Amino acid sequence: MRDPADPAVRVSGLRMRYGANDVLHGVEFEAYRGEVVCLLGPNGAGKTTTIEILEGFRMRSAGEVSVLGVDPAQGGEDWRARLGVVLQSWRDHGKWHVRELLAHLGRYYAPYSTPSMPRPWDADELIAAVGLTEHAHKKIKTLSGGQRRRLDVAIGIVGRPELLFLDEPTAGFDPEARREFHDLVHRLSDDLDTTILLTTHDLDEAEKLADRILILNGGRIVADGSADALSRQIAGEAEVRWTLDGQRFVHSTTEATKYVHDLFKQHGEAVADLEVRRASLEDTYMTLVHRAEAGGETELGLQEAGAR
Amino acid sequence: MNAKTAAVRSGLARGVIEFKQTWTNREDAVGQVIFALLFLGVVFFMRDATVPGTGFSLGAATVPGVLGAGIVFTGLTGAASYLVIDREDGTLLRAKATPNGMLGYLVGKTTTLSLGQVASLLVVLIPCLFLYPSLAPNGLWSYLQLLGVLVLGLFATLPIGAALGSLISSPRSTGLIVGLGAISGIFYPVIALPVWVQDIAQVFPMYWLGLGMRSALLPDSAIVAEIGRSWRTVPTLAVLVAWAVIGLALAPVLLRRMARRESGSSVAERREKAMQRVG
Repeated sequence: MRDPADPAVRVSGLRMRYGANDVLHGVEFEAYRGEVVCLLGPNGAGKTTTIEILEGFRMRSAGEVSVLGVDPAQGGEDWRARLGVVLQSWRDHGKWHVRELLAHLGRYYAPYSTPSMPRPWDADELIAAVGLTEHAHKKIKTLSGGQRRRLDVAIGIVGRPELLFLDEPTAGFDPEARREFHDLVHRLSDDLDTTILLTTHDLDEAEKLADRILILNGGRIVADGSADALSRQIAGEAEVRWTLDGQRFVHSTTEATKYVHDLFKQHGEAVADLEVRRASLEDTYMTLVHRAEAGGETELGLQEAGAR
Repeated sequence: MNAKTAAVRSGLARGVIEFKQTWTNREDAVGQVIFALLFLGVVFFMRDATVPGTGFSLGAATVPGVLGAGIVFTGLTGAASYLVIDREDGTLLRAKATPNGMLGYLVGKTTTLSLGQVASLLVVLIPCLFLYPSLAPNGLWSYLQLLGVLVLGLFATLPIGAALGSLISSPRSTGLIVGLGAISGIFYPVIALPVWVQDIAQVFPMYWLGLGMRSALLPDSAIVAEIGRSWRTVPTLAVLVAWAVIGLALAPVLLRRMARRESGSSVAERREKAMQRVG
């Protein structure tokens, strides 16, 4: 399934220049079929530019880009039919009704239906999948922010895309809607083998959803790996907490396993309430972004991630 | 089914749905009705005045001019402001993200605007026919002529409107078109205006659509109020076709250029600006 010879997305040496200003300095990454890849980074890091180039909405300055085997700059309507795009700022079709719009947009995908991938997705089934059944006949402009976003997600997947772009998909969701949305993303990637590329500012969401996390900073990918791998390699230190004879202890170490082993060897069963905490993705992220901002050390992240 | 055919069909369906919306949404429907009532009110109060030099009712003579101007308002301003608004709220980007969505979008908008033209024309014309029985003296022939002018009017205004809409960034810029109404002899015979104003008016489709409508709906005796005392059928055709050709040549190029520039960040940027305008 994750055939390294045939990635859904392959980007190498991607550069983007606006006037005299370089926004992307040679971005490199790949995403495989069925993989959920999360693009993280501070505002202005180049996330949106990168995604828009992949979506075929923006022309790049230099570099190689292949999306589902096609250069997005040359992607035709057949290629477009295999993609789903969910953006943040859509306020369109306010006078349409939820079901009416989904059924309408679905019709454009019908000619691209195949026996293994029937297109479009049935409107009622899809509305149920994003939890909008009771709003199916409402006018779109009367939906709440979270409901509107779920509709946007539904429209994004109505053509059963092979590759789905999600731009901060859960901004404005309540916790329950967020949980349901995460389940939907898992179903898409597990059951339909959809490749998903998402951006978010919610690190907790990235950790829950992503098979792999890319951190973009200053127009470069500064880290590439699973949340666990990144926190092990980059933030490094784990926190060990325990109590001994009713007294609490905390110790930070890069070799938590060895430390705990030594602890037991020394005190045996007297050690109680033992906890080992890895650095969170947030710690990792902050470390990386600060390192990059300190300047000159951006390559370090790449080396460490590469050594994985 | 071929993907392009599917998109054209979806576009037609879309056009009908959005046309219905303009009559089922309260704000849109109220706008349409107020527009029609204003025109009808003006025409009604002119019923006792006569066209200078004739015994012909000025009110009746104004009806065709209003219909002609209506075609320009709906066609040109309608097409232009749809594009501006649809760019701002992301409708166009949605179309771009859908396979053959742009084709469906254009077919849809053309359908909506054409149906809108017919509807708003009928809303004004039908009450006027009761008010002024002297209109459409040649019966079926008058209506066929009217239909001809309408179709020509669509071609002369929609593509230019689309071209304009892909260039301007705010729907308010289309306000200029209202000025055209003042010089195009809509509410008063154009020969009463200074010659240089007449010359300017004759460059634009609004004057010619008014003239075409008058030739369809007025008796030949009303000809005395026209430039050169003629309906000038051939020049009418020539000017309107010329505008259609210009529009059809410009619109695809400008629409493509505009569509190419659409992306998530350009929509977000416009939203920010719109928020600032409101705030």
